Amino acid sequence: MRQFLMVVAFTLLTVGLFAGYSNFGIPQIEPAQPPKQEKIDLGAMTMDKFIALGEKIFNGKGTCTLCHNNLGRAPMLGGTAGLVPKRLVDPRYKGEATNVEEYLIESFVKPSAFVVAGFGKKGTNDTVSPMPDVSAGSIRLNDAEIKAVVAYLQDSGGAEVTVKIPTDAPEQTEQTEGEPRAPFETPEQAIAELGCGACHKVATEEGEVGPDLTKIGGLRDKAYLRQAILDPNADITEGFEKDQMPPDYGAQMYAQELEMMVDYLAGLK
Amino acid sequence: MNLCRLKNLKGISTVLAVGILWLLAGDAFGAETASATGVTGGYGPAPDLKPSDYPQVAGVNSRVTIWIVAQLHLWFAAFVLAVPIFVFIIEAIGMRTRDKRYDDMAYEFIKVSITAYSLTAIMGGLLLFCLVLFYPDLFRYMSVIFKDSMFYYALLFFAESAVLYIYYYGWHWLQGGFRKWVHLTLGLLLNAVGTTLMLLANAWLTFMMSPAGVDPAGVFSGDAWAAIHNFLWNPINIHRFIANIAYGGSIVGAYAAFKFLTASGAQEKAHYDWMGYNANFIAICALLPLPFAGYYLAAEIYAYSQQMGITLMGGLFAWLFIIQAVLIGTLFLSANYYLWCGMGRSDGAKRYYKYIKYIAIVLIGAFLVWFTPHTLVLTNEELKALGGPYHKYLGPLGIMPAKNTAVNLMILFTALSFMFYRRANKVATVGWVKAGNAIQVALFTTGILNIFFLGVYHGYFTNTVYKVAASIPQVLTTLIVIVASVVIDSFMYRRSQEAGPLHWGRVPPRSQYALFLLAVSFTWLMGLMGYIRSGIRQHWHILDIMRDNSPDAFTPTLGYAANVVSLATILFMAMVIFVFWLSQVSGSKTLPDGYWKE
Repeated sequence: MRQFLMVVAFTLLTVGLFAGYSNFGIPQIEPAQPPKQEKIDLGAMTMDKFIALGEKIFNGKGTCTLCHNNLGRAPMLGGTAGLVPKRLVDPRYKGEATNVEEYLIESFVKPSAFVVAGFGKKGTNDTVSPMPDVSAGSIRLNDAEIKAVVAYLQDSGGAEVTVKIPTDAPEQTEQTEGEPRAPFETPEQAIAELGCGACHKVATEEGEVGPDLTKIGGLRDKAYLRQAILDPNADITEGFEKDQMPPDYGAQMYAQELEMMVDYLAGLK
Repeated sequence: MNLCRLKNLKGISTVLAVGILWLLAGDAFGAETASATGVTGGYGPAPDLKPSDYPQVAGVNSRVTIWIVAQLHLWFAAFVLAVPIFVFIIEAIGMRTRDKRYDDMAYEFIKVSITAYSLTAIMGGLLLFCLVLFYPDLFRYMSVIFKDSMFYYALLFFAESAVLYIYYYGWHWLQGGFRKWVHLTLGLLLNAVGTTLMLLANAWLTFMMSPAGVDPAGVFSGDAWAAIHNFLWNPINIHRFIANIAYGGSIVGAYAAFKFLTASGAQEKAHYDWMGYNANFIAICALLPLPFAGYYLAAEIYAYSQQMGITLMGGLFAWLFIIQAVLIGTLFLSANYYLWCGMGRSDGAKRYYKYIKYIAIVLIGAFLVWFTPHTLVLTNEELKALGGPYHKYLGPLGIMPAKNTAVNLMILFTALSFMFYRRANKVATVGWVKAGNAIQVALFTTGILNIFFLGVYHGYFTNTVYKVAASIPQVLTTLIVIVASVVIDSFMYRRSQEAGPLHWGRVPPRSQYALFLLAVSFTWLMGLMGYIRSGIRQHWHILDIMRDNSPDAFTPTLGYAANVVSLATILFMAMVIFVFWLSQVSGSKTLPDGYWKE
């Protein structure tokens, strides 16, 4: 009986240690809720908002940044719009597009029409792309969402935005991560919620890993500040390293919050 | 024995009754949806469910219930499918060597699994019942696509039961000469049927991960083989086949350890010590190639869906692999510790004691590397002191080349432990012992250097895309070193002399706890990996085809998952101890004086 009880105790102790380590030894990350249906009123949308929607989809539902990031899994898309004319006449191009907009849409739904050298599926000699069709499967973007991402890519790549906001579908749907949260009401709230103070000295926070932002408005203009939030690696302040700031703050903020933060930072002089 | 049979019948009847009901319901659904969508010769599309489509039972969490029941079924199934594999091999060894100990051990192994077989059937029936109750639309859709294979699964289950009973109950009847060959053939048949059952069940679950034979809306083409032979079917088949053997070995090892600790006489202790050693040997043999099968499976998941692959290795689940590292480190350390304790059985083992501490150092070092997370959770001050989230030199220890290096070294040094154990009681008599040893040392040294070089080069000097490129040459190096060394060893010790009599039973009781640790860790690890395999589908019942819209569609945190797995493990271990106790009771007899008429 003693041996039996010892075996039972040993088993419980082992299981308890594994469970304890899993609960207290590693960070408990709360996974995002499954995407939920949300109505979008395209009829009342300006082009700026449409581009912002595209950016949100690019960083969120579209899951583009899973691969199109600086880890080298897929090509960066910042300047793609500018490269399209060359690609359209490339002998390896197998699509039917005739302009930038058509090429970008085609690349979303038929990614193998043109595969950037070095990014094809293994063993296919860059003829087959590992990218899924974003209009199907688990991503399942609708036409309006695809056009919004195209608008965003054209805008962020410095090309002319040729996409027209769809008007024939006044109520499109978009999937977002769980219940939409209420917008931050003040810059200080955004700073606290987004954890900017962990690295930056700003508002009441005293972070020291990133640049001091208490007088940033006197040093940088609004365009620079907007870019610094959306693409932190675009320009690195001397004395600091790349890849320190998370690249997804743009995805975490609503468009009006981004502008609120830019205005706030520009006012710190 | 009658009790076992009764339980089996209950389990089988439950499975069949519910199964037939749902096969019929599935057909009705198929006809209904086909006519609704106008699809000719196909079924579908997959239903778009609402939260109200998921029946709720007050006070019962559907997902946790299904999770625990499915996990219990899988553990028992893994055990009862694995045991006949090595029972067949051990019986064949007994026939070849004419050493009856092997035959007795094989019989005892199958005796343990026979009660577990009943519990497998009961859990299978319960799982089916829970699926029908809590996820009726999902099960209906699946049963439309897999109605044929589900029907044959039920028939095969009968065949499995019939063969198993003849194999077990006819063990002592089918002895000697041609009869023994008939018995061995029954063992082979038992394994063929059991493996086919596993392959069919694997097809259903892999279809949910990598659906095939259906269009993007879930309309089934009618090609059942395409649905079975989906992209991840074979990678899962290989991984499960190997893992089941390792798991079966570990559970039987725990049984032997339990019997060893409760044995009263020296002879009984010696018997169960020998049995435990053999079980551990089986577990280690299967454990060594398991990480490679795991890598293959992960690579295929990534090849099927880059998104699913990144969710697996780079998202929320990345932290799970740190827990996995702790578990696998525990497995390797306990398996090695058992071997080192076992060297006490031999008087000749003293020659190798001095090397054990170095093996232990390497194993712990490799374990710590594997255990190193890529992204550390740091305070502001720590982040500043480190100069960023990743340390310049230690940061790469968190990524794949370092992990691959660590696991390959763990495997190599476990193989070395085993070679020392195997040599412990032997003295080689061939004239080329020195040359043979020198070649083996050279093989291990070159192999270790190559594994290190590949790990350091790919860890520090290549970019992200090429970091996994180290894994295949490292694996090949490990395999070449192990196979070549074992071949040399087998020739070198072919006509060896014994250093002295082997003292079975001369091991400390704590060595038996290493066997328990192996079994519990394996069980818990399988539960954890079941969570991730299922979890990477995220909010999809069937990836990209049928969405999970139940209230439980969210992915739980790792801590929550660990708690469910722990609860299931405790339930399973309680049932296993019950099985062990039953096998002990079945051999006991009470003589009630004066109770029966003379």
